[in-house]
Amino acid sequence: MFITLRYEVADMQAHATPAPPPSARPPLLEVRGLGKRFPVGGIFRRASVHALEDASFTLERGRIVALVGESGSGKSTTARLIARLVEPTAGEIVLNGQNVLRSEPRAASLAYRGAVQMIFQDPFASLNPVHTVGYHLSRPLAIHGKSRGGKDEQGAIEALLATVGLTPPAIYAEKFPHELSGGQRQRVAFARALAVDPAVMLADEPISMLDVSIRMGILNLMERLKEERGIAYLYITHDIASARYIADETIVMYAGRMVEGATGDELIGHPAHPYTQLLLSAVPDPRTPRRRQPRARAELPSLIDPPPGCPFANRCPHVMDVCRQTMPGVESIAAGHWVRCHLYGPGSSSANA
Amino acid sequence: MQIDMQDQARPVTAEVTDMGQVLPLAQPRRGVTLPLWLRAVARNRKATLGVIILALFALVALAAPVIAPGDPTDFVDRPHLAPSAAHLLGTTGQGQDVFTQTVWGSRPTLAVGLLVGIATTIVGIVVGLSAGYFGGGVDDLLSLVTNVFLIVPSLPLLVVLAAFLGSGNFAFFILVLTITGWAWPARIMRSQTLSLREKDFVAAARVGGESGPRIILTEILPNMLSIVVASFLGSTVFAIGALTALEFLGLGNPSIISWGTNLYWASNNAGLLTGAWWTFVPAGACIALVAFAFALVNYAIDEITNPRLRAQGEVAAASKRRRKSAPSTRATPVVRHAS
Amino acid sequence: MLASPLLDVQGLQVEYQTPGGVVRAVDGVSFQIRPGEVLGLAGESGSGKSTVAHAITRILHPPAVITGGEVHFRDRDVLAMSDTELANFRWREVSMVFQSAMNALNPVMTIGDQIADTIVAHEAVTRRDARERARELLDVVGIEARRLDAYPHQLSGGMRQRAVIAIALALNPPLMIMDEPTTALDVVVQQEILLQIEELKERFGFSILFITHDLSLLVEFSDRIAIMYAGQIVEMAPAQRVFDDPLHPYTVGLMNSFPALTGEKTRMSGIPGSPPDMRHPPSGCRFHDRCALVQPMHTRVVPLLREAKPGHFVACHLYDAMPGSAPAADVHHLALRGR
Repeated sequence: MFITLRYEVADMQAHATPAPPPSARPPLLEVRGLGKRFPVGGIFRRASVHALEDASFTLERGRIVALVGESGSGKSTTARLIARLVEPTAGEIVLNGQNVLRSEPRAASLAYRGAVQMIFQDPFASLNPVHTVGYHLSRPLAIHGKSRGGKDEQGAIEALLATVGLTPPAIYAEKFPHELSGGQRQRVAFARALAVDPAVMLADEPISMLDVSIRMGILNLMERLKEERGIAYLYITHDIASARYIADETIVMYAGRMVEGATGDELIGHPAHPYTQLLLSAVPDPRTPRRRQPRARAELPSLIDPPPGCPFANRCPHVMDVCRQTMPGVESIAAGHWVRCHLYGPGSSSANA
Repeated sequence: MQIDMQDQARPVTAEVTDMGQVLPLAQPRRGVTLPLWLRAVARNRKATLGVIILALFALVALAAPVIAPGDPTDFVDRPHLAPSAAHLLGTTGQGQDVFTQTVWGSRPTLAVGLLVGIATTIVGIVVGLSAGYFGGGVDDLLSLVTNVFLIVPSLPLLVVLAAFLGSGNFAFFILVLTITGWAWPARIMRSQTLSLREKDFVAAARVGGESGPRIILTEILPNMLSIVVASFLGSTVFAIGALTALEFLGLGNPSIISWGTNLYWASNNAGLLTGAWWTFVPAGACIALVAFAFALVNYAIDEITNPRLRAQGEVAAASKRRRKSAPSTRATPVVRHAS
Repeated sequence: MLASPLLDVQGLQVEYQTPGGVVRAVDGVSFQIRPGEVLGLAGESGSGKSTVAHAITRILHPPAVITGGEVHFRDRDVLAMSDTELANFRWREVSMVFQSAMNALNPVMTIGDQIADTIVAHEAVTRRDARERARELLDVVGIEARRLDAYPHQLSGGMRQRAVIAIALALNPPLMIMDEPTTALDVVVQQEILLQIEELKERFGFSILFITHDLSLLVEFSDRIAIMYAGQIVEMAPAQRVFDDPLHPYTVGLMNSFPALTGEKTRMSGIPGSPPDMRHPPSGCRFHDRCALVQPMHTRVVPLLREAKPGHFVACHLYDAMPGSAPAADVHHLALRGR
């Protein structure tokens, strides 16, 4: 125990950022150099899928960080790693100053589960068809000791349902998932996550499977919970406009790498990375006149043992020799705006802007 | 924020009252699900027929003393009498009443079948779900054992085991049939668990802090109910068939009256050679009928739980009804309401 | 209308006749597509937009039944066609591109063979010529000729969707129906494919019925837009007009349901409530239970689709009084009032 503690102190000093915030309090949740490689292939040729490489960012109380990217960009992997559903192969997850991958290496502790919750993309898959809404909510309450059962539990369940806008709650508690619409199911998923009173919520494309007309209701619910309870969100989406709408900081991901980060307005107004520029040109937006872009090859590179260098090099209109040899580091180009691209310099080694 | 809450509250309430009419709240949870399940069975003709046949056999087995009073081993008349009013199904080569023997014979055969069905299903659930959920080394070991038992041909193994370990005792039969029969259910349940394990609701339960065993029992197992029932039915049929085969070969206790020993005695007393068909047809027909009924129920469960099969059935039924009135077509039918 | 329409749909009505009751998925839908025009059909899940697309080519299977209305393609009655006529009508006159390219393609046949098959099935050409045409078609949709012998699984999602478009182009049909052709794809790939389709449309001059739930995409891509809600068209107008000047409260709500990429950040509220359960559609105006401007009369009387402004059709009681009158202003304030 003692040794572990000493290790952690040493570890934190080694990773201390050049300009720590004046308050001594560590950030709520910090991710440093997080990575995941999945082994593939048979006996003769071992290879690995580089699903996520060197991801670093910080979640603070009452703030929303958005991860934007296409399928295969590693944005969902990031959420699953932080939710401890999949074990990372590199990097650190630091919750309230505690390096959790070191202090609880085999599986997440109950305390960690109580602090970090997750919302899944498909509300038709994330609720068990054989259980009622009430059962779904009663379990986290019981596991985390948030209610004493019986009347107390019933009251807690109804309070949760009312919080997410499912009223009258007593009726919803009795229902099975198949009796609810997609939006109502997603609200149940939020209620379940709220049951443990978490500090962090990982929302993995929470609106992409929902009907257009009910999406804003869910986003506004997220925002209200942020304001009322100070919940920190990691909001994962492929829709950069919704990231701009709700997030305080937006990070663009491409092929398992975080390539650019800034506020949504800054990112959309002054996209620095060529991939961000390509992404923005492709988003349909009737409010701005149609732009016809020169065609770039849209196919994602293979993530299996990728060559060194920038993963976007093969598609990039500004590609240079250096892009194919080394992955650029983080370069700060404006207040709160960083990019990993050789066009802006070699950058430092970590994306911790 | 105020506005947001109001927005949500109004229409949702409307929808609830709308739904509330369909599903009255006062009804308890079981009361809602069970009739639905029963209704599905009742609507399915295969299931209805299968259940009726099985219910009849269960009734016969339970009410044997009422239906066929007296000891089935008693010698009641001359041997090899053809069916008559006195002996509905004639007499055996030793002069016992075949009807009485067939009725009483259902008891051990069905009992062993059901017990083996239950035992193999339980072993299959434990092994299959553990292997599927925990994966890794646990899966490697359990899968290896399962595959070994799958490869070993079960009937020869049964014969060898029965010959070595002595015979006659039903507990022994149940043990042997369970040992040879658990591997298939285990394998099917393992593969089903593998796919259910990847579902988001399992991930959500893990994020919520549920323990592994509890996830297996309360999240995964209830979603496999149709497979559990199917494997129970399949195992039961397998057990009845295997038990009968062993007894027919003379590896059972010939002094017990069961469908298998009935066949054994019929063969021993040259029922086939002398043309005394009534000594072996009743037992054989009963076994075939029970297996048929189990298969019907099994198929029906597949149909009820698999919407694609159900839709096929409905389309077939619909086109059968329509064949007279409209030409058969693969295109969307146009049926205008009479106005 | 200016030019005679290519496709004329009048009062189309489609029902799913399920054991649980009749669900009228499409209820009195009328629209026309002119040569060279892109008509966008927008709606949420369950609005009936896909059912419309499938019904006019008559590829829906029972329990779906067309129970009313007329579908004419260049003065030919589609609903009266025989199977052989329909087989010719599809692909030669109307081709289809659906959301899941993986399901549309045969996994065990090469892309080239599948295109060639479509050509050989409809035209008197040799297999060699057909393969040569397939090569050209792949080139047209931006796939390298060496991919002719690739199997679907060897292609990325975007490439597969291009291959499906190549098949749809094979017989140079005057109308293409595209049902969410890019929904499963990433935005960059989606942009590429849409630009490609536009280029092809200018080159070959076909019309498109484009179905999607993504309204911002539709505004950019189509000439006219029809908005569907609960099986009915509630608004139909030139694309930019739907965006700039939506009349129906539902359309206004949709416009208030996706955040803008640029410009001022305003609070958006979407539409309260959920899309209706089509087994029990709301009475009167089907949107009444989610509408902020609902009046008692709206819950009883069904509004008809009428021309409120020139070329701008809407089915809403707010425009009952006179075309182009004041209520439009009210509707536009919906968003600002946060309803």
